[in-house]
Formats: sequence, C-alpha cells, structure tokens
Amino acid sequence: MPKPFTPKVVTANHLLLGDVIYQTRDGWTRQLAEAEVLTDEAHADLRLIEAAQQTGEVVGAYLADVDTSNGTPAPAHFREDFRAKGPSNYAHGKQTELN
Amino acid sequence: MYTYTDFDAAFVAERNRQFRAQVERRVDGSLTEDEFKPLRLMNGLYLQLHAYMLRVAVPYGTLSSRQMDQLAYLAEKWDKGYGHFTTRQNIQYNWPKLADVPDMLDALAEVQMHAIQTSGNTIRNVTADHFAGAAADEVADPRPVAELVRQWSTDHPEFQFMPRKFKVAVTGAENDRAVIRAHDIGLRILERDGVIGYEVLVGGGLGRTPMIGKVLHDFLPEEDLLPYLESIVSVWNEIGRRDNKYKARIKITVHEVGLEEIRRLVEERFELVKPSFAGVDQDHFARIKAQFEAPDFVQKSVGPFNEKYNDDPIFRAWADTNLTAHRAEGYSIVSISLKAHGATPGDATAEQMRVMADLARKYGHDELRVSHEQNIILPHVHRSDLPAVHAALKQHGLATANINLISDIIACPGMDYCALATARSIPIAQEIATRFDDLKLEHDIGELKIKISGCINACGHHHVGHIGILGLDRAGVENYQITLGGDHTQTAAIGERAGPGFSADAIVPAIERLVDAYLDHREDRSETFLQTYRRLGMAPFKAALYPEAKSVAAE
Ligand code: HEM
Ligand code: SF4
Repeated sequence: MPKPFTPKVVTANHLLLGDVIYQTRDGWTRQLAEAEVLTDEAHADLRLIEAAQQTGEVVGAYLADVDTSNGTPAPAHFREDFRAKGPSNYAHGKQTELN
Repeated sequence: MYTYTDFDAAFVAERNRQFRAQVERRVDGSLTEDEFKPLRLMNGLYLQLHAYMLRVAVPYGTLSSRQMDQLAYLAEKWDKGYGHFTTRQNIQYNWPKLADVPDMLDALAEVQMHAIQTSGNTIRNVTADHFAGAAADEVADPRPVAELVRQWSTDHPEFQFMPRKFKVAVTGAENDRAVIRAHDIGLRILERDGVIGYEVLVGGGLGRTPMIGKVLHDFLPEEDLLPYLESIVSVWNEIGRRDNKYKARIKITVHEVGLEEIRRLVEERFELVKPSFAGVDQDHFARIKAQFEAPDFVQKSVGPFNEKYNDDPIFRAWADTNLTAHRAEGYSIVSISLKAHGATPGDATAEQMRVMADLARKYGHDELRVSHEQNIILPHVHRSDLPAVHAALKQHGLATANINLISDIIACPGMDYCALATARSIPIAQEIATRFDDLKLEHDIGELKIKISGCINACGHHHVGHIGILGLDRAGVENYQITLGGDHTQTAAIGERAGPGFSADAIVPAIERLVDAYLDHREDRSETFLQTYRRLGMAPFKAALYPEAKSVAAE
C-alpha cells in the first residue's frame, strides 16, 4: 500500500509585505485556518505550480504539512506554528495583527 | 571618524538609485523573484520567516551619535520601534516592507551608511575590535585598516561573485576581541622593533565545519597589505569549490589544499598583483588614518567617580563589571549591556538608541561602537562623567551589570525570525538569563560565555562559547546540543560536544547542573569556567549533564 498522503496547504510570503500567506481556492489568506487543504498528491502539486506562477504576488511558495484532526488546518511542525503566529519574544506579527 | 568623500557619497547614491529602480521593476512584474533575489541580497535585503529583513553595515562597529539617531529613526518609521545588533557589527531590521526599503537606504545614506555587501558571495562588512582607538593594550587603531579594506573590497569587480561569502576582521591588540581566528581572513596589527606589520590568519570560520584560522604570514609589511589580501582572495576565487556550497569557504580550500601550498600560490600571485598597486593605496591609507585621530581627551578630577563608587553599591557593581581600562588617563571604556535579564540579546528600542546617542554626544566624544557580543560601547568616557552616564542608562533599562557574565549571551535570531533555523535561540537565552538572575549567582560565577545558534550555520558563535548551545530539529521537536570549552579570543578553540541534546524544557536545568559542577570543582573564585574546564577536561561536566548515565555505569 502506498504511504498515506499527509494533508497539505500551499504557503508563501507576500511579495510586498513579506508576511506569510496561504492559498485558498480562489486566492490567498493570512490565516492558516482559512487555507485550502490538499489531500491528493497530484492535486497538491498542481496547486503549487499554479501558486508559483503568481510571481507578481507571492515569493517562495511551497507545500506545508498540516494537521486537520480538529476540522481546520493547523500547523503540523513547529516552524509552521511560528510562521502562523509570529515570533515568541515579542507580541508582533500575526498573533496580534490578525485580531 | 571617517567621513565619506564625494566619490563615496556618489557611489552610495547611485547604488540606491539603482536599487530603487530594481524594486520598482520587481513590483511591476518586469523582474521575477529569481532575477531580483541576487539584487536585493547585494543590498542586504533578506526575506525571513515573517517579513523582509534589512541588514545595515556598521563598518568596524563605529557609529557617531547622529548615525545612531538615524538608526533609531529607521526603527521607528519603518520597523516596529527596535533594531537587532548582530555579531558581525551590523544592525538588522526585522519588519520592513519591500516598497519602503529604498527610502530606508536613502535615509541611511544621509548619515553615510548603507547595506551594501552585507549579504551575498562578496567580501562582507569588515569588523574590528570594538575597543579600537580606546583600549589600553592596543598597538594601533585597527579601524583605518578596516576602512582601507572596506574601500578596496566594496564593489571590487573581481570579487562580486565568489564561491561564497568572505569575512575579514581586524584587531590592533594582542587580546583578540574581534574573533579574528573565526574569520576567512583575520588581521592583527603588530609592532616589531618600532615597525608596524600584520599577522595574517586565513581559513577560520564557524558554520557546519568550524575551523580556527592559521597563520599565513607572521609579519606582513604594512605597504603589502592590499596586494596580499587581493592575492589571497584571488587565489581562492579561482580554486575555491563552486561545486558544493558547504565546501566553498576558504577554510575548506585551506584544509584540502594545505596551508603550505596556499602560501606558495598566494606568494606567486602576489608577484603579479603587487606592481599594480604602485603605492597609491598607501597615500590613500595615510589620508584615512588622519580621519581616525584620537579625540581631544580632557584632564579633570576623577573625584565624582570615586565618591559615587564608594557610596553606591549598584553603581559599584556596574563599574566593576562594565568598564574597561582606557589608554587615556582618567578615561574608561563603557560597555552598555543590551542583555537586560529576560530581554532579547542585541535588541535596542528606538528610545534606547537615542539615549545612547545622547550620552555619546554629551559625555563620549560623539562615538559609539557595536560589539560582536551584541552590546553597545561608549569608547571614550571620562570617569568623572560615569555617575551621570550610569544614571541615564538606568532610567532606560540599559544599566545591567553583566558584561562577560553568564547572562551576557550571544544569541542569533533563530526560529523566531530566521528562515534557515532549526530551533529557537532567543527564548533559551532569555530563560538562562532570568534563571541565573533569580539565583543571584552570576557575579559569583564570574566570566562565562554562553553562545547560542538556532542552526548549524553558527551565526550565534556557539562553537567558540565556553558553553555553546546549538538548536536542532529532532523529529519535529526542538533539541539543544551542548558544546564545552570553546574560546573566541587569542587562545581560540572550538568547543567539544558534550553528548546527546536536551529538549527545550531540559536545557536550562542542564546549564544549571553544568554551572554547579564548575562551582564545585573550581580551585577558587579566580579560576574561570574555561580554566576549570581546561584543567579537568570534559568528565566532571559530562557527569553533571548526564547523571543517569553515571548511575547506570555504576551499577
Ligand atoms: C537572519 C538571517 C540570517 C541568515 C539567512 C544567515 C545565514 C547564514 C549562513 C547560511 C551561514 C553559514 C555560512 C557558511 O558556513 O558558509 C551563516 C554564518 C554566520 N552568520 Fe548568519 N545568517 C543570518 C543572521 C545572522 C545574524 C543575526 C548574525 C549575527 C548575530 C549572523 C552572523 C553570522 C556569523 C558570525 C556566521 C558564522 C561565521 C562564518 O561565516 O563562518 N548571521 N549565516
Ligand atoms: S545560526 Fe541559523 S538560525 Fe541562527 S541566524 Fe544563522 S542561519 Fe539563522
């Protein structure tokens, strides 16, 4: 049996602001919870290619594993957790700016 | 201090104009990211985890009050009100927006600063002893040498696309405060029979393959400096490994080719290169030197210092810990700690920058320095002014008396900011500092250098920390490896790995056990952690770090 595919999202940094963004079905969001969850490998690869083509808006798109056990996508690795929240030494970045 | 010539100013203005146009073309879509990235890196602009990061050079760590004020202005106007001072005497802004960066660069140019060659495979910001021009133990001020090297290397046509980055550091004293042995080239100014020359070290570096620099020339005549440097860089530029970026630094070339052979190649190249210099560099060097004349030191009574020292224990503790001997009578070098317990090492708010700038203006002959240990230095303060300086620092959270102590930690940005990180560094530094402050032990422990990096690149100098901490990602969890016995000075050494790593929760208790072992084993208070380690070796420290292992072995 092939290895089960870990669900993913497409994420990148925004060209002008530099902050973390996630791909939705029809655009981009700054909240991981709103990202489009990709559960099929071929589809995920296709969505990444589509994202990477938008060079006027996004930088460095890649696929990041997510944990969907609570229904909405959550970071599967601590690096993505920091990207989704911001640094731990100051209340800067998404942890304060999204509220 | 060095002031730009018309040529310098025009060069920086032209670079800024070009970069502004490059940003515009990136934003309107005419440049792709692949095309733009090398251009932005040439101008010190990175893309990090949460935002862009602009790295601004503070050449040989020297700043005027006006420049420090301008750094504060940038922090306030285009960042989140602070900046991060780094181990290579740069300042990093963690939150600029792409479209603002050209304005930031123009604002820097107003005070003769820039971000050129703070990134990319070029010769980077030339660093120097942060006590340059002030230290009592100095043969000569290293800054004119650093400025000469900076001018030679900036936009040097042959050295813009090298196998890898290239870092040069200079010291004018036997006591190495510039970590010259961990640089691609380290220079030490020497005097022999009244003649000045340079000891040239090559092939030092940290990163994944740490190496201590080796002596390539033990006494290079002053006038041969630039042609000799050009020969070294040119030889490496030709034979350095471009096939593998982990093997591209000159330390690997020296290791693979051998010091003798490198010396032969450099000397051969030198014969070709030397005639092209024809002495113009020496005329120019003389003009640069004239700009680093010592300030007019004043003579006055140190009475106010002595009174305060006798009356106020807080002032006394600060004076005992944060002051260094100055070469001029009645003067001291002040180290301002950017390591308040629990704060982010190396960070200063805009307000703190302005306070330091004001103090330099009022009491410090208008000079400040950035140290590679991520602190700020007022190099020339008369002792009678120290009570006033201390009082102002205290009001702004800048009077922590911990220079060279366990909470004076170097920490890289780590996973809190850096896209390459494998773990966080800042919170570990914060926790260690807070813990030992609570224990009220740090003055008793004495000199102890902890240095923390958030990945194998070693920007936090962990290899040369008495205690080094390296953050790694072990199966998706932060894990911290300890090295012991590193040394960043003239007796430089790479630390030795103590054993398996510790989780984020276990690392601070592990450091505490190490320190307890030191306190138990030292001969007396005058024996530092490093000396005890050198006398006893790894065993007692290992036993303290891994008590379970010992009890298993005993069974
Ligand atoms: C945050 C963005 C940063 C990035 C992307 C970065 C990247 C790197 C890389 C890739 C290396 C390894 C180079 C090699 O071995 O060839 C390195 C080394 C180093 N970096 Fe950084 N760094 C960053 C921040 C810093 C900071 C904040 C400092 C100062 C505190 C710093 C100072 C150094 C030093 C001293 C070294 C090791 C010396 C050497 O080059 O051998 N870097 N950095
Ligand atoms: S050591 Fe690693 S984590 Fe720390 S700043 Fe350098 S590249 Fe980033």
